[in-house]
Amino acid sequence: MISFSNVYKRYPNGFEALKNIVFTIKQGEMVFITGNSGAGKSTLLKLIGAIERPTTGSIIVNDQNVSKLKNSAIPFLRRNLGMVFQGQKILFDRSVFDNVVLPLQICGFEHQSAAGRVRAALDKVGLLGKEKALPITLSGGEQQRLCIARAVVNRPSILIADEPTTYLDPSYTKDIMNMFKSFHQVGVTVLITTPAAELLESPQYRILSLSHGELVT
Amino acid sequence: MWLSHHWHAFFLALRRLVDSPLASLLNIIVIGVAFSLPTGVYMLLGNVQSFSGQLSGAPQLNVFLKLGTGKDAIEKLKSHLKQHPQIASFRFLSKDKALEQLKQKNGMADAVNSLTRNPLPDAFIIDAKSISPETLKRLRTEMLKWPDSKHVQLDSDWMERLNALLKLGQIALLILTALLSFALIVVTFNTIRLQILTKRNEIEVSKLIGATSNFIRRPFLYFGAIQGVAGGAIAWLIVALVINLINSELTNLVQLYTVDFQLHHISFEDSISLLLFSSWLGWAGSWLSVASHLWQIEP
Repeated sequence: MISFSNVYKRYPNGFEALKNIVFTIKQGEMVFITGNSGAGKSTLLKLIGAIERPTTGSIIVNDQNVSKLKNSAIPFLRRNLGMVFQGQKILFDRSVFDNVVLPLQICGFEHQSAAGRVRAALDKVGLLGKEKALPITLSGGEQQRLCIARAVVNRPSILIADEPTTYLDPSYTKDIMNMFKSFHQVGVTVLITTPAAELLESPQYRILSLSHGELVT
Repeated sequence: MWLSHHWHAFFLALRRLVDSPLASLLNIIVIGVAFSLPTGVYMLLGNVQSFSGQLSGAPQLNVFLKLGTGKDAIEKLKSHLKQHPQIASFRFLSKDKALEQLKQKNGMADAVNSLTRNPLPDAFIIDAKSISPETLKRLRTEMLKWPDSKHVQLDSDWMERLNALLKLGQIALLILTALLSFALIVVTFNTIRLQILTKRNEIEVSKLIGATSNFIRRPFLYFGAIQGVAGGAIAWLIVALVINLINSELTNLVQLYTVDFQLHHISFEDSISLLLFSSWLGWAGSWLSVASHLWQIEP
């Protein structure tokens, strides 16, 4: 569960990225966040992962008050979140396998069981044959799938993706969206930001619209 | 899980070391060369110390009695020495026996036989319980006051000089060790700083997906420690090499002086201490570097 109440985010230069945000996302829900660039979509996701802290207001993620979390507790919050970042954050100096295994190494998995999970995650995103490939040799769509595999390999209860389809061909976009839907179907809470246009295909999902830092739905 | 974290960090550190072999090798050699200096000095001091001990043993006091000291007086002195709390053992050397011993030395027999009377004094050879220069000196003045003693010889003067020199050497060693330890810390600090800069992406991503600071810090600390151990080992090898070179020359030299002297490497315990110390310094250097640079990288 993710719950925002009266959340404001003001940057030191006075810019108000988010104003009085209130919403609740139930366990197992799939929600889209839309809005023009600069509307505050990314900032909202960053608040969930404690990458940014709110100026005021409280944010509850999995019964933890993220806004009051100590710095030393943040890593353990993030381990329960699967995040697909805008800018991907792939490590290009290591293989696909080594990129995906990183979250498991961080959690202290043994090599054997970690390898099994990595293969399962790569299988789900259709990259099983490319374990040993270097990320630079992958297409844009494949790189995005790699990011998704890394986000889900630790079997998080919440999956967050920041504009996962922005730079992809329409065919890839459908592919990626179907992948998120399949995670939603097995009970994962899914939260995706996206520019408005793509939503027409998914009318059955809840949509939060942001405009100039405010929710407009 | 704890163990798997440490294995992971250890292997990551090893891989980083192997991934840039030339830089790592140069670093290790720099550390090794720097550390070979104090190690070498320590080795030399140890050798000189054991050699001087082998030459003299403990310094002895020789008390020569006045010529014509009577048997009663000698017996009295014997019982006095037996009860003396600071004397471990003593030996009485009568003038006749001393003459006997002199006769047995090569070429002396004729000279001794030509003497009309025995010119040698009776003597006590005394081992004190403590060999500290202060005790020995006190005993010496005490014995000089005996009515029957003529001369007390304490062969510790050169020992004192040697000890003073060794002490000076130890101070030099201490300064050398301190300076070069500092150098080792600086070298490691800088290496780790560069590494943190090049691993910026990795650190950032790791933090984003839930790595604790410890998880990120550990490979760097292992890296510093491994580099330190390797540097210590190089230092040990350099000193071993130098000993080998010197010893082969030394055999020719000492044959001329008919003494048995060979340089020995530092003991097993000292070698282990050297490695532990150098690894600790590497660890400390990287810890400082990590502490001062890692916090700057926040996602």
